[in-house]
Amino acid sequence: MAANLMLVKGVATSMEPKPVAKSVVAVPPPEPPARTPWADAIRGILSAVLPRVLGIIALLGLWYFAAQHSAYLPGPGKTFHSAVEVFADPFYQHGPNDQGVGWNLLASLERVAKGFGLAALIGIPLGFALGRFASLSKAASPIISLLRPVSPLAWLPIGLAIFQAANPAAIFCIFICSVWPMIINTALGVASVPQDYLNVARVLQLSEWKVFTRILLPASIPYVLTGAKLALGIAWLAIVASEMLTGGVGIGFWLWDEWNNLNMEHILIAIVVIGVVGLLMEQGMTAIANRFDYRQR
Amino acid sequence: MTAYLEVDHATIEFKTRKGIYRAVQNVSIEVEQGEFVSIIGHSGCGKSTVLNLIAGLVPASSGGALLGGREISGPSPERAVVFQNHSLLPWLTCFGNVYLAVEKVFSGHQSKTQMRERTDEALALVGLTHARDKRPNEISGGMKQRVGIARALAMEPKVLLMDEPFGALDALTRANLQDSLMEIQARLKSTVVMVTHDVDEAVLLSDRIVMMTNGPAATVGQILSVDLPRPRNRLQLAEDTRYIHHRAEVLRFLHSGHGAGAIAA
Repeated sequence: MAANLMLVKGVATSMEPKPVAKSVVAVPPPEPPARTPWADAIRGILSAVLPRVLGIIALLGLWYFAAQHSAYLPGPGKTFHSAVEVFADPFYQHGPNDQGVGWNLLASLERVAKGFGLAALIGIPLGFALGRFASLSKAASPIISLLRPVSPLAWLPIGLAIFQAANPAAIFCIFICSVWPMIINTALGVASVPQDYLNVARVLQLSEWKVFTRILLPASIPYVLTGAKLALGIAWLAIVASEMLTGGVGIGFWLWDEWNNLNMEHILIAIVVIGVVGLLMEQGMTAIANRFDYRQR
Repeated sequence: MTAYLEVDHATIEFKTRKGIYRAVQNVSIEVEQGEFVSIIGHSGCGKSTVLNLIAGLVPASSGGALLGGREISGPSPERAVVFQNHSLLPWLTCFGNVYLAVEKVFSGHQSKTQMRERTDEALALVGLTHARDKRPNEISGGMKQRVGIARALAMEPKVLLMDEPFGALDALTRANLQDSLMEIQARLKSTVVMVTHDVDEAVLLSDRIVMMTNGPAATVGQILSVDLPRPRNRLQLAEDTRYIHHRAEVLRFLHSGHGAGAIAA
């Protein structure tokens, strides 16, 4: 087809679909039954918020009831007063083993960031390679299947043996446990890129780099971010446990330290803090995932 | 003298778990430059397999295909494909989808401005200038297919291959796109091979219709020349005796048991 597009410039307007004759009589849509907008808004808020509030009240009630019948468990009121004290000065420093909850939390977040970042740096490219090359995937799959179910803490002694220090060993733990979901999900994302898109790439004879940047990467980003979200959740679970063993500073260490001090209020506060931070991280990752998901735009 | 595009005694087999499956057998088709040829047959008769052979997406087990005297050994932008499900990349705009193809074919010997103009011209050709910056999920099925056609045409291919391009569209949109395709083809003198299972579509658009027998081991059963003058108008043709005759001939082939058993080519 030597014919060229330049020749047909100008005639192109004739190609546009012809407009359909508009109906002459406009029928107004039937009026919905009259309702005050305020009542609707209040009803909407109530149906969204009320069940959640009731759920929390039920939990607090259960907690209160359990505390009444236990010698060790402090009630919600007592815990709340203790929390006010703790959060009044979250960044005090009385030596290496007595620091505010803020410092402990930041130390844990730093370890998670390092281990998780390292896992992303290694896991995502590795996942791409596994997804793209079937033979590589076959070679790696028994190793991944064997190592993935191992508890993060099982790696701690190996980390300690390698690094001869507690902090890098904890980061190593985070790395190991969060790298698997990244590898697996990235590889899945790349392997499940629709064949249609790859056929387009084949017909256009795109270079491997173009295939990567224009097709594989955008198509698999939702999977990659799902992997990252799972990895971050596991990392947050693992850091608390490994800090209990390694000591130093960290929210997990703080929790265990307060057990040694028999300060049950602080233990409960730590649990709530761990939960809230985990929740915020998950919400953040979900927001990022939606932002980069081409299906959500 | 050999034809512009030639499928020469092609047999295509696939390896399956149950052994070797022979999809098509001994298929020979000749297409002249500027000709519009349809391949029609029942579902699963291997029409798309023949098209994929020409596209270079599927290799022949024996025989082969030639374009301009050269053997087809793999996919190439000189044989552009319009896929049945449009296959637009959802993360690129309409412009981006067409530009990806233009960039592949023309980068190196054209400037970016020229390639952008070329992309805009291709979108104008299918009447989609207004949807230039929309993403595929923001436009209708018919518009998506138009972008697919624009992407294929923008590459200035030697042959345009269409795999049931309008199969997934409603009847009105389909008619609209068929008319557009006829106009574009008349203007560009494109060589087109189209796979379809729609008898009216085949008779309306084609210079010749290749009718395939049922699979497995499907082959060419009959080739019909459609001698209707162009430009063709679907409303006038509806009462044209030659049109009705051609239509009946294709229907007879598809429903007369010809389609049921393999016949020697």
